Amino acid sequence: MSELETAAHPEQLCRVAIDPLSRVEGHGKVTLLVDRNHHIRQARLHIVEFRGFEKFIQGRPYWEVPVAVQRLCGICPVSHNLAAAKAVDQLIGVEQLPPAAEKIRRLMHYGQTLQSHAVHFFHLASPDFLFDFDNPIAQRNIGGVMADYPDIARQGVRLRKYGQEVIRITAGKRVHGTGTVPGGVNKALTLQERNYLLTDLELMTQWGRHILKLMKKAYEANPGYFTRFAAIPSNYLSLVRADGALDLYHGGLRTKNDQGDLLFDHLDYRRYSQVIREQVKSWSYMKFPFINSLGPEKGWYRVGPLARINNCDFIPTPVAEEERREFMALNNGQPIHATLAYHWARMIELLYATEAIRELLLDPDIFGDELVTRGEMTREGIGVIEAPRGTLFHHYRIDEDGLIEKANLIVSTTNNNQAMNESIRQVAENYLDGKELTEPLLNQIEVAVRAYDPCLSCATHALGQMPLIVELVEEDSGVMIDCLVRDANGKVRESFVEF
Amino acid sequence: MIEPRLKIATCSLAGCFGCHMSLLDLDERLFDLAERVELDRSPLTDIKELGECDVGLIEGGVCNAENVHVLMEFRARCKILVAIGACALNGGVPAMRNQYDLKECLEESYVRGMGLVNAQIPSDPEIPLLLNKVHPIHEVVKIDYSLPGCPPSADTIWTFINELLSGQAIVLSYRQIHYD
Repeated sequence: MSELETAAHPEQLCRVAIDPLSRVEGHGKVTLLVDRNHHIRQARLHIVEFRGFEKFIQGRPYWEVPVAVQRLCGICPVSHNLAAAKAVDQLIGVEQLPPAAEKIRRLMHYGQTLQSHAVHFFHLASPDFLFDFDNPIAQRNIGGVMADYPDIARQGVRLRKYGQEVIRITAGKRVHGTGTVPGGVNKALTLQERNYLLTDLELMTQWGRHILKLMKKAYEANPGYFTRFAAIPSNYLSLVRADGALDLYHGGLRTKNDQGDLLFDHLDYRRYSQVIREQVKSWSYMKFPFINSLGPEKGWYRVGPLARINNCDFIPTPVAEEERREFMALNNGQPIHATLAYHWARMIELLYATEAIRELLLDPDIFGDELVTRGEMTREGIGVIEAPRGTLFHHYRIDEDGLIEKANLIVSTTNNNQAMNESIRQVAENYLDGKELTEPLLNQIEVAVRAYDPCLSCATHALGQMPLIVELVEEDSGVMIDCLVRDANGKVRESFVEF
Repeated sequence: MIEPRLKIATCSLAGCFGCHMSLLDLDERLFDLAERVELDRSPLTDIKELGECDVGLIEGGVCNAENVHVLMEFRARCKILVAIGACALNGGVPAMRNQYDLKECLEESYVRGMGLVNAQIPSDPEIPLLLNKVHPIHEVVKIDYSLPGCPPSADTIWTFINELLSGQAIVLSYRQIHYD
């Protein structure tokens, strides 16, 4: 763990806040403590969200849970809905869904992955690739991309739309749908719906390949930067299918260490509590999970697209598999630790999602009429899924009346908490330390956080009307000797203001 | 003569971002929108300080002190303030915590939770103070329009923005008003 987590003498340092983090889903902030020589002594990513789902879901009937908990997040509601639905399947004693039900849920999930990856890359992060760090703030957003790169923007908008349409048709509604029911789904596809979704699908795959070409170009333009920026060696955790394939809907837990050695493999995810613990730190509402056997110092890990591509043995669709091989060749098959590689891995998964959707749409099972099954009620259910941002755990216990007694959620972004903190500290040390902090430099911190596609919105917090303020305070007297303010337009001016 | 584009700011308070997703669900219509409006502070831009705006769209209710500050600032700087979605209108799912004490909710997550190490309730000057209850935004500031739904559909948002921009009375069809 980096030494920048906690400064020895915070009272003698100036506070710099990047607040709110922008172009991420939800709200968070980064604070830096800097000494008078511009050396950074502390860097923290704070998640200032708190909702209390674990408490207020208590006493609700189990069948209500998937629809309620998806309101944790409007960007990946399907993931929460499905993780909860998988837990509820166990509560009603269902081990295996009918083929139609499982395939429709998978279709919903791959539609979700496609739209979520598209919104993150095109609508939020693409300005980091298409524009320079010091470009005007007004340009660094999807509007700027629409104006300067209309083709790319249009592809992003259409890719996301396609994913949302898959969700609408399988779940009834684009955001917060109601397609799943305990033990299955409430609707199969009609032939007409299937044909509608097939219409544009080939184009989506083509665009997926196209964006990967752009990604590789960006890498080739500056491989050193791409490889080193915010890079941290880490452990990786994800689900994999029984044969080692990438699978976003179901599988066993696999972890690899930074050398690529397996720590555990094909672990039944219902035993997650034996291998994962969560540390609480006073300065963040987001907990810090770690692999129990390694302890909090060494046991933190990364999840999400990079972890999944590093962990899996292969991708079960041909075009994405070709891309995976090319990607993994960057480090001779060993895990890739570059944080910017998250974007690349994410686009490989976007491509994979288009192929997985095609396979499902061409499978006659999706027209099936056996949509629900039931078994013997049990009292505990654990559902785990690979959400767009990583492994998502939902765990519920019910009482004899079927009311929730206890709930535990580890959301995807929480798994990346320590890693995001390590990444911003790496950027602070390598790119900011000793320099006068300017808006473009601070933007680099955000670029590092953004690579993880953090979904802080499960419990949004908005702090942010403050412009960025940097103060220099005399060490002994505590008197402010200088103060810089970054205005909304990005201009940095010297000013003495009340802090 | 090209008319100046209207300035719109958006923010998500105690919400899930689903209403912002519905805004993005305008799909290709986003290109038309971009010609007529300019985004000021929003999770979609890097503008961190709110400027003077014509319209402010607020997603989410109010659950902590910072939400209150942001909301009041939006009210002060936006000529028209719009509550979007269930949470802004009536607190929504986050307001389900109102049946419990805040302390109970915090303890459930950080003290009594499963598999915890260093169990403690987070407390730091960088973490904003939570309010005892989650409130709809009309309890804090005056709201000019409310769009219900969890979230309101993109069509609803489109009709609303279109008619607002063209200065017409806003008429939403039956299908465009729903509460789920």
